[in-house]
Amino acid sequence: MSDQSSKDLEEFRAEVSSWLRTNQPSPDFLLPESFMEVGTDQQFEFLCSWQQKIYEAGYLGMAWPEEYGGGGMPQVYQDIATAEMAKLRVPFVLNTIGLNWAGPLILHRGTEQEKKKYIKGILSAEDIWCQGFSEPDHGSDLGNAQCRAARDGDDYVINGSKIWTSLGSYAKYMILLARTSTGGKNKYAGLSFFLSPMDVAGIEVQPIKKLTNEFGFCQTHFIDARIPADCIMGAEGEGWQVAMATLMFERGAAGGQAGGMSFMDLNMGDVLEFSRRAMRAGKPAIEDPLIRDELVQMLIEDRGNLLMNARQKFPALTSERPGAIAMSGKVRSTELKRRFTKFALSMQGANGGRFVSPGIVGSGKWQRSYFNSFSATIGGGTSQIQKNILGERVLGLPKS
Amino acid sequence: MENLIEFSEEQSLLLDTAMDFCSTHSPMGKVRSQIDEARGFDADQWNAMVELGWLSIIIPESHGGIGLGMADVVPIIECMGRQLMGSPFLATTLASHALIQGGTTDQKNEWLTKISGGAIVTVALQEESGDWNLQNLSAKATRTGDNITLSGKKTFVLDALEAELIIASVDLDGEAALLCLETNKIPGAQIIREDVIDETRRCFEISLDGITVPVTALFETNCLDSIEQAALLLLSAEMAGGIAGTLNIIIEYLNTRKQFDRLIGSYQALKHPTVDILLGLEACRSHVYHAATAFDHGSAKEREVALRMAKASASEHFAFAGDRAVQFHGGFGFTYECDAQLYLRRALWSQYQYGDEKYHRLKLAPLLLDEPS
Repeated sequence: MSDQSSKDLEEFRAEVSSWLRTNQPSPDFLLPESFMEVGTDQQFEFLCSWQQKIYEAGYLGMAWPEEYGGGGMPQVYQDIATAEMAKLRVPFVLNTIGLNWAGPLILHRGTEQEKKKYIKGILSAEDIWCQGFSEPDHGSDLGNAQCRAARDGDDYVINGSKIWTSLGSYAKYMILLARTSTGGKNKYAGLSFFLSPMDVAGIEVQPIKKLTNEFGFCQTHFIDARIPADCIMGAEGEGWQVAMATLMFERGAAGGQAGGMSFMDLNMGDVLEFSRRAMRAGKPAIEDPLIRDELVQMLIEDRGNLLMNARQKFPALTSERPGAIAMSGKVRSTELKRRFTKFALSMQGANGGRFVSPGIVGSGKWQRSYFNSFSATIGGGTSQIQKNILGERVLGLPKS
Repeated sequence: MENLIEFSEEQSLLLDTAMDFCSTHSPMGKVRSQIDEARGFDADQWNAMVELGWLSIIIPESHGGIGLGMADVVPIIECMGRQLMGSPFLATTLASHALIQGGTTDQKNEWLTKISGGAIVTVALQEESGDWNLQNLSAKATRTGDNITLSGKKTFVLDALEAELIIASVDLDGEAALLCLETNKIPGAQIIREDVIDETRRCFEISLDGITVPVTALFETNCLDSIEQAALLLLSAEMAGGIAGTLNIIIEYLNTRKQFDRLIGSYQALKHPTVDILLGLEACRSHVYHAATAFDHGSAKEREVALRMAKASASEHFAFAGDRAVQFHGGFGFTYECDAQLYLRRALWSQYQYGDEKYHRLKLAPLLLDEPS
């Protein structure tokens, strides 16, 4: 990189930072932690207009093609803008499924018509997207999806149901995995992928109330719902490949996302900062010897997780069990988060027993974060399943 | 620096060589037979290590050594820990480090070349109180003209019977000081074997009463802190190896022992804590190699944080692994014949040397919580 362009980048970073500082909103209500917890119209409208504002300022979809509504710039600009958003802790961008999963998928393999139809609305938050992959009876076994799509003239007729549909009640479109045939050579061959509209007769969305008292997830029922046949992406029977490509974007294994943060990410730095403000037995929690010891313990564990990533770069230091670090990443990080959010309750004296309450230090957000942390220790394979997998695949122990 | 690990070609080669060497020279039968022998190590094995140049690694080239850093010793001692190898390598490396850091030119000239050639040396830093603060000393030194008269006791002196030189800490006029004590100047009756929990170790109590050394025996500088840090690094590395060894015997048993017609490894009550031991090992090993990097390259604070974290992590996870190893071997685990006890004993000895996890967390608290980073 030439000096000129690295100077440009620094100037750009300063420009984004200054724009974010000026425009960072501070709502007088508690925002959700991620797109999976948007439960009130107030939260939804606030987050829509925040995303729209970032987009109009030019800091979202910066590397997407200009002709469809993107910025047409090198990826590095978006990376800088996203990093500044994370650093300044501005609210997250709402339309995550569109911006980071469906959007890159459409840009990657959609038709010209699809790109023109969908991309701009994804960026501006005008068109919210949701995902219809999991089913009530097939949590992790995606390939076994039973929701049916039957061709009938110019339509597909959808019957069945999908679960954990985040933003389901607000979404205009869904990326939908459904079964178009049952007689294929295997269960995967009968699946097809659709960019389905949500505002058609026969699609009913039922919000699910979570342990936090919040809504956000939904169950979506399809009862003879007719969607235009040209909603299919790829050919009939190619749904599994398209779904896998989507998961590559979802898990960040493939690039091309529009940018922005999808989560309000709490880390040990936040716990430490909170321990200086939260009061326990009349003193800042950080002055309590037992709190201090536990903080140090978790800082050691947190550092251990980061150091594992550093050690992984040396095959000589991981040769005995090469998969151990990568395969344990989920259980290590999500369990530590569950523990440190729970720990933050103990820093608040009797107020640890309150829930979301604007009047207390931290507004009770740690209580809510603790409850929400279970979504990561359960979703995507529970910690207990992760330990079975590690025991069997990494240590070579017999199956349970 | 905070999350940095460096691992060189040399370290990688040393790791490979040491892995082969230690599994060849220290199979479990050998570990057990050495327990019954007075000196607790094998002379041929020691000579082979000298041949490989392992004693010269940290010795500067100006003194005939290889001139690498303590980080290069880490892979070796980790492999020794894995095989529970009994060896004066830990003590000798620590004492070499002490001489390099604080010894006088004459002391370095005299001893560093001898060490490269296989002389065993050790440190005497601990006392009966069991205090981990090495600056709190009750052993005394009194200066009279060109001589220094010693009194008091040192404990946990590793391999003292075989050592030619002991680097001892004493209180000299109210200040901690280090000095060289040649073992042949100590009456035999004043070197007494201690019963320690790890039977692969040889620890001795040394009575300093009545011993006189010339003032030239005094170190140039008090480098106790630096010796302590080297001890934390070496012990943590050895313990990381120990966890790996413990995990291996657990896995082997879980994959062969059947109860109620099933291999016991299929029971989640055993499988999940075994995975916890694996995760502890991965964390500990990462801390150790970071501490090794910070030892030679970090700022004073980075080094201290990294070393204390490594020892805290090693102490917690090795003690857990040893404890579970005994339990998971069932009735056999309760016997002396089962190797689980050897790992548990090693874990406990190491846990309480140079501070356990609680002690290091206490020391880390102001570094992590009170100072601006």
